[in-house]
Amino acid sequence: MDLAAVLTFEILNGVATLVLISVGLAIIFGMMRVINLAHGEFLMLGGYAAIVATNHGVNIWVAMVVVAPLVVGVVGVIAERLIIRVLYGRMIDTLLATWGLSLFFIGIVTTIFGNTVAGIGAPLGSLGVGRYSISLYRLVLIGIAAAILAVIFVALRQTRLGLIARGTMENPNMAAALGVSPPRVYATTFGVGAALTGLAGGLLAPISGVLPTVGAAYVAKAFITVISGGTAILAGTAAASSLFGSVNQLLTYFTTPVIGEAGLLAAAILLLRVLPHGITGKLFKGSL
Amino acid sequence: MLSVTDLHARYGRIPILNGICLEVAAGEFVGVLGHNGMGKTTLLKTLMGFVPVQRGRILFDGADVTHEAAYVRARRGLGYVPQGREIFPGLSVRDNLRMGFVGRGAEERVDAIVQTFPRLVPLLNRRGGALSGGEQQLLAIARCLAGNPRLILFDEPTEGIQPSIIEELVAVLQTLHRKQALTIVLVEQNLEFIAELATRVLLIQKGAILRELQPGELRQAGVLSEFIGVDRA
Repeated sequence: MDLAAVLTFEILNGVATLVLISVGLAIIFGMMRVINLAHGEFLMLGGYAAIVATNHGVNIWVAMVVVAPLVVGVVGVIAERLIIRVLYGRMIDTLLATWGLSLFFIGIVTTIFGNTVAGIGAPLGSLGVGRYSISLYRLVLIGIAAAILAVIFVALRQTRLGLIARGTMENPNMAAALGVSPPRVYATTFGVGAALTGLAGGLLAPISGVLPTVGAAYVAKAFITVISGGTAILAGTAAASSLFGSVNQLLTYFTTPVIGEAGLLAAAILLLRVLPHGITGKLFKGSL
Repeated sequence: MLSVTDLHARYGRIPILNGICLEVAAGEFVGVLGHNGMGKTTLLKTLMGFVPVQRGRILFDGADVTHEAAYVRARRGLGYVPQGREIFPGLSVRDNLRMGFVGRGAEERVDAIVQTFPRLVPLLNRRGGALSGGEQQLLAIARCLAGNPRLILFDEPTEGIQPSIIEELVAVLQTLHRKQALTIVLVEQNLEFIAELATRVLLIQKGAILRELQPGELRQAGVLSEFIGVDRA
């Protein structure tokens, strides 16, 4: 019984981690169709922002939940205005430009912090479950991941800004003909996607530590999750995260982490072979 | 209200508009007729700001909007109902209408607008992409009206629409023009439709206004054959 509870916790934790690292990309790539190869570096910047802020006396929760998304959101808006804005609709050019951006961020951060792992201690403590113990912080992360999905859903479905964002992404020219400024909507949406990615980087920093090249470990998983999720950015990200997180954690538990990672990739390949338009291309059609 | 002087526009290196001059007074209903490829749609897109002006000037209510972005022109009161409707297919009918007016009081505005379009009332929660062509056309007009425009540019609203809805469109446009005193510029190939609605008709050929006609003249065989390429017995 205790083992089942711990295993369930591990699976939920794996799902939550995938949701966190993918949700910003779901907005930037899923909604805006921008292939942001600097997504991993946005996560890395969020991690460093949280660590630097904490080391300068900022409360760790404020550092992770406020400073990290704020810093990366601003970086995202600047990147959108200077680089991405002139490349909308030019997928290959965007891919190359954001790759260059990722190398730029890695270089800058390496110069400032060095190529070593930085970290902060995870807050909270642990919770005993029979003979086992689970991290309370990881438990909170599961709740935060669920809350992020719920907040984005409500924001897109119920708010004026969410409606404008959805309409503009569907048809920017028509939105403009109705008085909406597409450049402003794009900048805001990109900034929100970047901020969510920064939030994820900040929240994951106490668990995985941060180094300048840590983004590479996240970016592939994030793209796999969002692409496998399909057109519905939230339902797709949640469904794909649930599937891949479960496969990864179960295989990791019964074999090794390496096989767990390989299992995640194999599941993605199999899924896209069977459902080429992703999970929500077949299921949950019309949902967000 | 709308004053266009020596308007030139092109796609790449291909010139489409070659010196259009056009005056539309407040409350007028102006029709624009011409063959395919003569620049009718490009004229409306250029007026709305989707095609850049190479040369010439566009004044709207006395303000020079020649190089303004489309969303700025829309905020000034220029409405646009494009060819092909271009409704937001993933949004509900209600949300399509709310996109037309995203300020405070949007719900009340939507409720008021659909009174003019009773056919849309039972469809408010349906996805825009699931509507028929005629219903989408009504939605496109209603969405444009939600923004409270003072001049509307209509691009071939009867294209691909069943006859029963065309009759409804005529009634709607007549109401907008006569009762709400909206100024309308209508590009159309449906002669009966334009003859029934427009107060004057401009013939466009090779990107320039060739001649102005009264709606009654559209029924003269010589005019149709010479300028529009329609032979009527």
